[in-house]
Amino acid sequence: MSPLKRLLADRAASIGAAIIAGLILVAILAPWIAPYPEDVTAFHLSERLQPPSGTHLFGTDRMGSDVFSRILFGARITITIALIAVGVSVAIGVPIGLIAGYYGGFPGGFLMRTSDVFLAVPQIVLAIAIAQTLGPSVENVILALSLTYWPFWARLVYAETRALKSQTFIEAALALGASDWRVMVLHILPNTASAIIVRTSIGMGATILTAAALGFLGLGAPPPTPEWGRTISEAREYLPEAWWYAAAPGLAIFLVVMGFNLLGDGLRDILDPKLRKGRR
Amino acid sequence: MTDASLLAVTDLTVRFPIRGPFARKLGEIKALDGVSFTLQQGEILGLVGESGCGKSTLGKTLMGIQPPTSGSITFEGTEIAGRTPREARALRRRLQYAYQDPGASLDPRWKIGKSLEEPLIIHTKLPRRERMQKVAEILTSVGLPAGHVDLFPHELSGGQQRRVGLARILMLSPEVVILDEPTAGLDVSVQATVLRLFRELRDSFDLTYIFISHDLSVVRLMCHRVAVMYLGRIVEIGPVDELMNSPKHPYTQSLLAAIPKVNGPRVTENFWLEGEPADASNLPPGCRFQGRCPHVQPICRDQDPQDRQVGAQSVACHFAGEVFPPVKPTRQRTPA
Amino acid sequence: MTDPLLTVEGLSLGFRGDGGFAHILDGANMTMNRGEIMGLVGESGCGKTTLASAILGVLPRHALEVRGGQIRFDGLDMLSPDHGAQQQAARGRRVTFIPQDPFTSLNPVFTIGQQIEELMKWKSPRRDAGPSRGPALLSRYPRARRKADRAKVIEMLDLVQLPRPEQLLKKYPHEVSGGQRQRLMIAMALLPDPDLIIADEPTTALDVTIQAQILGLLRNLATDRGVAVMLTTHDLGSAYEICDRITVMYAGQDVEAAPVAEFFNRPTHPYTAKLLESLPEGGGGMTGIPGELPSFYAPPPGCRFQTRCPRATEACRTRPPARFAGPAHVVRCAHPLFDTAPFEEVRA
Repeated sequence: MSPLKRLLADRAASIGAAIIAGLILVAILAPWIAPYPEDVTAFHLSERLQPPSGTHLFGTDRMGSDVFSRILFGARITITIALIAVGVSVAIGVPIGLIAGYYGGFPGGFLMRTSDVFLAVPQIVLAIAIAQTLGPSVENVILALSLTYWPFWARLVYAETRALKSQTFIEAALALGASDWRVMVLHILPNTASAIIVRTSIGMGATILTAAALGFLGLGAPPPTPEWGRTISEAREYLPEAWWYAAAPGLAIFLVVMGFNLLGDGLRDILDPKLRKGRR
Repeated sequence: MTDASLLAVTDLTVRFPIRGPFARKLGEIKALDGVSFTLQQGEILGLVGESGCGKSTLGKTLMGIQPPTSGSITFEGTEIAGRTPREARALRRRLQYAYQDPGASLDPRWKIGKSLEEPLIIHTKLPRRERMQKVAEILTSVGLPAGHVDLFPHELSGGQQRRVGLARILMLSPEVVILDEPTAGLDVSVQATVLRLFRELRDSFDLTYIFISHDLSVVRLMCHRVAVMYLGRIVEIGPVDELMNSPKHPYTQSLLAAIPKVNGPRVTENFWLEGEPADASNLPPGCRFQGRCPHVQPICRDQDPQDRQVGAQSVACHFAGEVFPPVKPTRQRTPA
Repeated sequence: MTDPLLTVEGLSLGFRGDGGFAHILDGANMTMNRGEIMGLVGESGCGKTTLASAILGVLPRHALEVRGGQIRFDGLDMLSPDHGAQQQAARGRRVTFIPQDPFTSLNPVFTIGQQIEELMKWKSPRRDAGPSRGPALLSRYPRARRKADRAKVIEMLDLVQLPRPEQLLKKYPHEVSGGQRQRLMIAMALLPDPDLIIADEPTTALDVTIQAQILGLLRNLATDRGVAVMLTTHDLGSAYEICDRITVMYAGQDVEAAPVAEFFNRPTHPYTAKLLESLPEGGGGMTGIPGELPSFYAPPPGCRFQTRCPRATEACRTRPPARFAGPAHVVRCAHPLFDTAPFEEVRA
């Protein structure tokens, strides 16, 4: 069975995949499917804090803007932050883990100790510190998340590389006269790919959660950006009467994070041969 | 050392340091201790000994996977010990290493064809078409259909994987192939097929083998000369028939006697060798076999014996040629 | 002849898995007499370890499917779930086990002494047979018995030629060598005073000089005590060294059983003959057996060796009955290499 078919056979994973596909579609199509696309910036103070109804699916916020439309546009920001932050983390973490794991010794130790320093501080605390120093903006959130997240990939690839390096086929490739570069890129990296994919999927969820937390603390994009975390933060003052105001972005975050985690778990079952054997 | 020798190893030593906390050196394991031998074009040299005797370390040191502590290895007249990886890579083309399970040397994510092509990409500038042609040729010569290039290793049986692993080594037309425990873990009915394959490949590719094994009966079948190793040193080396028929070192004598022989006398009834090999990190002065030797004398506890030529063999024993397997009273088999 | 200690009759079992039903044992038969050393010989995949595990009752239950046959140990049905308590009492006490890998069969976090004491607490021959009061886990280890057991343990460690037994008991498993661990496993197998020891490839992981020592020790101790030993091995040489009788298996079926001299001089089943020809000793070793083991998911009906057998005919598509090729020499082949007589004639 091809990996795709196996993925669709796993119910949890296919639900996760569907949620994520939905999120991406919404992010792309937001200007067309949102009932009030202008509400991202526009406000109608006469319609403040209206409960969910036929005209406003998730009600309106303190400015009278349509919450549903803002959530849809928020998906764009969320996806952008998650993709770039995770992409940069992978781009930094994977080569560092690969080189450190392959060469070991002093350079390997140095790189891994550096990553340990980052791991020693809880990720959210470090991200807050960085975002606070640089000032609130989407770019700075991305930077803060990238800087704090790469050690997870470095650690993972490091461990995988160490394990693979003692495998006979790696030693055989070296004995054949293959260069270090060749062994690293053509033999080791493809064999760590499944672990990286799984980690990336779960990491996306975690990154979205952290990004929302930064937004909640006011360290994300400045208003009136429809960022989900910031929306919850704004909604706090109107709880519990205007419950929809906080519930809608909360639900969005919950769904997306769950989607990535379900997909990640499913991918792990499918791609990791060690676990697959254990399930038999 | 004669000019005809293809590979000459002189006084090769490999030591592994034992480190405690803070990389403090606590001692060292003498994995190889002054190993010397030569290999002639076209011969099969057997390397036998029990686990921990250093035979696999020797194989890996020859290949350059394990750097030697001291000593020299000359291959076709060129020194190859202690070379930089780049230089060694070119030299290593003619010297290949076959793992115990050659199938395990294949990348599980690569198709057979790609794995076989890799040595050519590394070492030659052949265009792709010629490379694929060579792959097909070699695949046929190890007895597999050329269509197998599009399969992944896990789609082949264990025996076929083994053949592919060997084919990969042969891609570069090596002169010397080091076979590391090629029959370990094989059933006797399969073993014969594998041994026959080695013989055929040797004839069709003009190979010289170093045959590392713990199984003396297989070595007797395959090899021209045998080196017996014990705790990092060659204790006896010589032509296979002479060494097997009249072993001179007490360890060789014990090793030969320990092999069960169907329809022969039963060794378990009068086996004389007691104890287990000494700790390789803490060898006593003198002969390394002293703790188990049935003929041990005071001199064996003081001096490590020099290699001596006795008959056709070179033996590292003070009493080579003077000692014979002891005769122990045979325990009567009680019928059940 | 007295009744045998252990009989396996027509045992058919297998495992359900992703690829369907893997039919591992197909009508396997085996007999062990009291006090004899019997070699269960065959190559990988012949089912010898599965058979040993079935006798010990350690096959994974969730996927196991027994399709027929029985195992009787001294009259006790070892497969029927009705005799669970008796089977439990017999296992580890009257039937003990020497594993293939002495490196993983001891718990690394307890000392050797603690592990032997735990064994003796439950399986000592001096333990009362009667039912224990209260939950078994909380039951006491009486001091008098503990002392007697300990003396016995020291004596046994001495017998398996382990130096300084008192100190050895305080060590952890990783502190002793492979050969010593296997001596220890022999001692632990002998301590409960069993009737049968099942030794599963006990010397495969050991060097040849150590193997000679261990095999000799096992044979001497077992014959001195009249303990029967079932030695599973792929090495005909080891079987020749210490066995009185040999049973050969191929792909889950027994093909031939004979006393050791008869076995090596007059192999009657084509598989046995081919196996002996494949031995590297004595000039052979380049013959081998062409072909591969049949798939356990779709084995051929009848004799499973037919796919590789030069003498195979249509008759091999039903399992041949056991026939005698000599005294106590049983073979199951439609085209044996020596003349055979049917079972009934010899009995009559």
